[in-house]
Amino acid sequence: MTSRKSAIVLGGSSDIGRAAARAFAKAGYDVALAGRDVAALEPDAADLRARYNVEVGLHKFDVLDTASFDGFVSGLPALPDVVISIVGLLGVQQNAESDLAHATTIMRSNYEGPSLILGLFAEKFLARGSGTLVGVSSVAGDRGRASNYVYGSAKAGFSAFLSGLRARASRGGVHVVTVKPGFVRTKMTEGMKLIGPLTVEAPVVGDAILNAVEKKTDVVYVSGKWRLVMLIIKTLPEAVFKKLKF
Amino acid sequence: MTLVSGWGRFPVVDSELLRPRSFEAVGEAVVTGSVARGNGRAYGDAAIGAARTIAMTGFDRVRSFDPVTGRIRLEAGVLLSDLIDTFGPRGFLPFVVPGTRFVSVGGAIAADVHGKNHHCEGGFGRYVDSILLRTGQGETIEASREQNSDAFFATVGGMGLTGVILEATMRLRPVETGWIRERVISASDLDAAMRALDAGDSATYSVAWIDCAARGSDLGRSLIYLGEHARTDELADGAGAFPAGKNPGLAVPVDLPSMTLNRYSIRAFNELYYRMGARRAGGDHVVSLYPYFFPLDSIADWNRIYGRRGFLQHQCVIPELGARAVLGEILDRVARRGDASFLAVLKKLGQGDGILSFPLPGYTLALDFPVKGDILNFLDEIDRLVVAAGGRLYLAKDARQSRATFEAGYPALRRFNAIRKSLDPAGTIRSKLSQRLFDEV
Repeated sequence: MTSRKSAIVLGGSSDIGRAAARAFAKAGYDVALAGRDVAALEPDAADLRARYNVEVGLHKFDVLDTASFDGFVSGLPALPDVVISIVGLLGVQQNAESDLAHATTIMRSNYEGPSLILGLFAEKFLARGSGTLVGVSSVAGDRGRASNYVYGSAKAGFSAFLSGLRARASRGGVHVVTVKPGFVRTKMTEGMKLIGPLTVEAPVVGDAILNAVEKKTDVVYVSGKWRLVMLIIKTLPEAVFKKLKF
Repeated sequence: MTLVSGWGRFPVVDSELLRPRSFEAVGEAVVTGSVARGNGRAYGDAAIGAARTIAMTGFDRVRSFDPVTGRIRLEAGVLLSDLIDTFGPRGFLPFVVPGTRFVSVGGAIAADVHGKNHHCEGGFGRYVDSILLRTGQGETIEASREQNSDAFFATVGGMGLTGVILEATMRLRPVETGWIRERVISASDLDAAMRALDAGDSATYSVAWIDCAARGSDLGRSLIYLGEHARTDELADGAGAFPAGKNPGLAVPVDLPSMTLNRYSIRAFNELYYRMGARRAGGDHVVSLYPYFFPLDSIADWNRIYGRRGFLQHQCVIPELGARAVLGEILDRVARRGDASFLAVLKKLGQGDGILSFPLPGYTLALDFPVKGDILNFLDEIDRLVVAAGGRLYLAKDARQSRATFEAGYPALRRFNAIRKSLDPAGTIRSKLSQRLFDEV
């Protein structure tokens, strides 16, 4: 069993996390799921075992508890081949505008925590000379928009961190993937008005992550249409952009 | 509120669409006028809540699987496509698949869907051992043939009206490969088609596609597709034991103008389809399970081909005795009308398993019609022929039959209603279909 590749999903209970775990398990990886509530991950672990006959481990992980990160990494039974960080928090932009605690939680959940944990794994991977790190960032990080710039700025920070880490780690045999899913129909986006042709289902993202890892892609827009949309949004002059409400 | 409709996109109804994430949340979501919805492939109003529709596709986990016996426990929102893609390569397939693989297990139980093997192997419910049901009065019960058997047989084919199906235990079929050994037989008229289906009784799978534009001496001319699971030694050299499952490659991106399908285009399509099929008639050949079982799944959103106003599917079953005359009469009327479409399917059914299961020993005929003109009156007349012959209509396809037609066709309705009442005395579970056909007004 030990000869098989292994992947750990941070944020394993999210829809994208579950989809990624399934994609990797289907491809023959042993999978570990990490999340705040380990008991809540048990049904997903049973699902992966029943479907794909793979080993599934469960680990407690809280992205806001950065003090626990060292212990988390050293406490894993083995250093995995792939680490996938799905964790993040959309939050409520309007609340974050005046509630500093909420804004802080959004920033820490989307930037500080994911960056620090992947940075920590990067050191171990570089010492070993192999491994792939996947950070699920967001198209929202490509340009701060009026309707979600607290979240977007944290994702921008995360994207920048991943970009720099990739440049450094690539010389040491470690690959870093940045994933920008666009609209995905998940728990997080439930109730939001999503634009049909730009929206994908979570399994599409899971497959895209696996594909990016196997093909060593650097930056993945899950739907190619988003690359175009964000190119336009990024190119708009600030004088025009600031008048847009979205 | 959200506009909700079935696969036929008729009717379109306002209903509150909820997507609970836990079984507790399902319980909280069920208010008076609720019904569960799987993947929305029922054609009419079966999976639309009178007030609230509870989407179950988020419950897509497999609980356990025994690779020795093929027994599987899963949540009701798992799709058959998922089961096929996941367990097919491991040598297991569902025993029964309908014409689309994009249905949920819960929906397949609720409609007791049938496949091309119903004449010899029965319907979906026959391979379900046990159902975890959240009843209308709020109890969560395990129903099987041994335990809560009334609830079990009312839930199989019960159109979701006994409560919300949360989980099920079922058996999968061990197979050597994911390929089907197919034989195509061309039949020049209805008599030949029915004879070929009768002769195909011993085949595991059999179905006839009928050219419903053919008239006169060609009336009922058909292609009959017989199938058996292919063994490993029957595969072409180099073929994998399991074919690649492809997501739909083509898609219908927009509603086509409703005049796209007219008597000329339909006649041309049917003529071409018949001639191409007839050329393949004769010897056996091995085909992937995907095109064999799910020919239309390769075109995403094919329902849009009928235009914005949607379409109706009319699927009846006629008892064996006297079926020839009634089927001939129906096909003749349809051919004269000229707007029936490419989905005309004839096949034999056996005994149903659930109290309200659609199948009975005889022939089932399925026809599509765009919603326009006097189609509702036309179908009412067809229904009179069906009822007079002791037949009935498939609730999973229905959007418009009358109470009289329904009650005449389902003599076990009284027993079903009594069980439903015992599980849900307050009448909490209600769909648009139940309001139309079941509920006291």
